[in-house]
Amino acid sequence: MKNRSVKLMQGNEACVEGALAAGLKFYAGYPITPSTEIAEICSQKLPLIGGKFIQMEDEIAGMAATIGGSLAGLKSMTATSGPGFSLKQENIGYAALAEIPCVVVDVQRAGPSTGLPTAPSQGDIMQAKWGTHGDHPVIALSPSSVRETYDLTIKAFNLAEKYRTPVFLMLDEIVGHMREKIEIPNKDEIEVIDRIKPEKGEADYMAYRLNEGDLVPPMAAFGEGFNFHVTGLMHDEFGFPTNDSDIADKLLRRIMNKINDNVDDIVMYDEEFTENADLIVLAYGGTARSARSAVKKARMAGINVGLFKPLTIWPFPEKRVRELIAKTKKVLVPELNLGQYVLEVERIVGDKAEVYHLGKVNGEAITPDEILAKIREVL
Amino acid sequence: MANPKSNKQIKIIETWCKGCGICVEFCPVNVLKLIDDKITITDKDKCIRCGLCELRCPDYAIYLEEDKDEK
Amino acid sequence: MYTGSDLIKNNFRMDRLPHIWCPGCGHGIIMKMVTQAIENCNLEKEKVCIVSGIGCSSRAPGYMNFNTLHTTHGRALAFATGVKLANPELKVIVITGDGDCTAIGGNHLIHAARRNIDITTIVFNNNIYGMTGGQYSPTTPIKEFGTTAPFGNIEKAFDVCKLADGAGATYVGRGTAYHANQLVKLIENALENKGFSLVDAISICPTYYGRKNRKGSVVDMMKYLKDTAIDVKVAAKLPKEKTEGKFLIGEFKNIHEPEYTEEYLKILESIKSK
Repeated sequence: MKNRSVKLMQGNEACVEGALAAGLKFYAGYPITPSTEIAEICSQKLPLIGGKFIQMEDEIAGMAATIGGSLAGLKSMTATSGPGFSLKQENIGYAALAEIPCVVVDVQRAGPSTGLPTAPSQGDIMQAKWGTHGDHPVIALSPSSVRETYDLTIKAFNLAEKYRTPVFLMLDEIVGHMREKIEIPNKDEIEVIDRIKPEKGEADYMAYRLNEGDLVPPMAAFGEGFNFHVTGLMHDEFGFPTNDSDIADKLLRRIMNKINDNVDDIVMYDEEFTENADLIVLAYGGTARSARSAVKKARMAGINVGLFKPLTIWPFPEKRVRELIAKTKKVLVPELNLGQYVLEVERIVGDKAEVYHLGKVNGEAITPDEILAKIREVL
Repeated sequence: MANPKSNKQIKIIETWCKGCGICVEFCPVNVLKLIDDKITITDKDKCIRCGLCELRCPDYAIYLEEDKDEK
Repeated sequence: MYTGSDLIKNNFRMDRLPHIWCPGCGHGIIMKMVTQAIENCNLEKEKVCIVSGIGCSSRAPGYMNFNTLHTTHGRALAFATGVKLANPELKVIVITGDGDCTAIGGNHLIHAARRNIDITTIVFNNNIYGMTGGQYSPTTPIKEFGTTAPFGNIEKAFDVCKLADGAGATYVGRGTAYHANQLVKLIENALENKGFSLVDAISICPTYYGRKNRKGSVVDMMKYLKDTAIDVKVAAKLPKEKTEGKFLIGEFKNIHEPEYTEEYLKILESIKSK
C-alpha cells in the first residue's frame, strides 16, 4: 500500500506508536526496567499532540492517575514491569469494578521480587489473570513481534473502550527491547473505537445504567455536566454504594459476562500447520518466535508439528484449542516460567490430549533448538 | 444578638436528627431540648433565629427557613 | 460565612441523606462547610470534582452533588492528580481523613504538595481510624488510646499542616468543626489559592476516639475544640504560657508559586508556537 512508512523500531516504541494511533492522550507512570522507554517516549510525544504525561511518585499512583485521566475523558495508559504490576493490582481491581477503560502495559522481567531486571520472563501471566483480589474481568494480549506490539496496542485500547475495562498488554523483555523493521499502516487503515457516551444533556443519566440488550453502560466524563458518582464499592445503577446482595451479585456477574459473552470478539490467535498435526506447540509472546522457528525446523526434518499462538491470552482461546485437540493429541507449551499458562492449557485439554511443558527461568530466552529437542523427545 | 434572619422560622427534620445535642448546648436562649433523642423546640417565641443550631448541626436536621404559609 | 439551609438542597444529593456518620460526628459539619465554601467561591458545580479515599471522611463525596470519585485507601490525591492534569478546567477537591491522607496516602500527599498541583485537600481529622473501629492513627496524640494502642500510643503525631507546608503546599490552614464559619473562610481561601492547598479540619469522633479516651459527651468534645483551639494571630500576641496546651487554628500559609498544570500547559503552548 502506498504512503505507508517503514521504520526500524523497538517493541516499546511500537507500543507508544500504536497507543498514539489508537488515541492515547494521557500517560501516568513510574520508571521501571524494562518498560522505561515507554514512559520516556510518551513524555516526548504526548505534548506534541496536546496530550498529557506525568511521572508519578510511585507505581500505585501511576495506576491511580491513569484511571483519573480516563475519568476526565482521555484515553489513558500506564506501563510497568513485574514489581510495578504487583503494586498496581489494587487500583486495577478498582478500574475493573468501576469500569474505567485504560491500558496497562507489563513488560515482563524475571521475578519474583526484583529478580533479574533486564532479563525476559513470562512470569506474570497468572498475575494478569488473578493479580487483584476478588473476581474480576480480564483481557490480556501478548504480542511476539514489534509489528504485533503496534497492532495489539491499538487493539488493547479498542477493547478497553468498548468494554469499559482495564486491558493488559503483556510484553516481555524480548519483545519490548527487540528492534525490527515495521510498516506503519495509514490512518484510514486503523480501526479506532471510542467509548460510548451518554447523550449530551441527558437529564436522568445514570453512570451504570445499561441500554437495553447491552452489557456495557455508556460513560460520561467528569466535567461534562452529569455530576455522577464513581466508587470501588459495590454500587447501584447510579453508581452509589450499596450492600444489597442482589445488586452486588448482578453487578459482578455483569462485569464478568461482558467479557465472557463476547469471547469471540476478544479472542485473537494465529496458527500455522495445525491441521492434522501430530503435535501442536502452543506459545505466546517472545517465546512464540522460537516456537515458530522450531516448528519450521521440525517440519523440514519431516516431523508433523503445528504452531498455535494466542494473541489474546486472557480470555483463553478455549474454543479453538478444543477444536484442535479433537485431532491433535499432543500439545507442547514452552514458556518463560515454571508452569503457568500450561495450567490453563491442561484445564481445557483435560484427558483429551497429552500436555507437555518446557519452562525456563534463568533469564534467557528459550531457543528454537531447545523446543525442537523437546518436540523430538515427546513425539 | 443581632437578628438578621427574623423572617425565618426554625424547622426540624426529625428523621435526620441523631440526638447528639450539639444544638441544645450552643443555643444562646435555651429553647432546644432532646426528647427521646430527637430535637424539639420548647419555646418558638423565645427563639432569636440566630442560626447557631443550624450552623453546627452535623446532620442538617435543624435549620431556619422562610415560612411562606405564615403570612 | 454560613448562609443557611438552601445550601443543603442546592449542593447535596438529598435522596442520599441522612448520612451514615455516628451521632455527633464532626464530619457532617465539615462536609457542609466544604459546600458552603464552594458556593461562596461561585464555582460552577459541573466543573467541581470531589475525590476521596477510604474511611469515614471519604464517604462524603457520595452525598455531594458534584462530579464525585470515591477511590481506594490513601490514593485520592493520585486519582485527583490524574483528573486535574487531564482536565485542568476542573476544580478538584480532595476529601480525606488523617489515616487516609497521612498514613497509607502519605507519599501521595507530600508529592502532590511538592508538585504544587492545583488541588484543594480537606483533611477530616478525627485522630483515629473510625471506619475500622478505633485504631490509633498518625494524628493520635502520644499517650492516647486506640484499639491497637491498648497501653497508650507511643508514636509521635503528625502535624498535618507542618507536613504539607514542608512538602511545598502554597496554602495551609487549620480549622475545627466547632469554628464552622472560620472553617468556611479557610476553605474558600484554599480554593482560591492556585496551587496545592490543604486545610486540616479538626473533627470529633465521639464514638471511638471519645469513648476510648474518656473525652466525655459529644458536647464535651465540641467544647474542647472551642476552648483549646487558639487563632494563630491571637496566639502571636500572647505570652507562651498562655498558649501552652492549646492548638493553633487559622491561616498559616498563603503564597503563590508556579502551579503544575499551568506549567505543563506552558510547555504545550511553547510546542504549538514553534
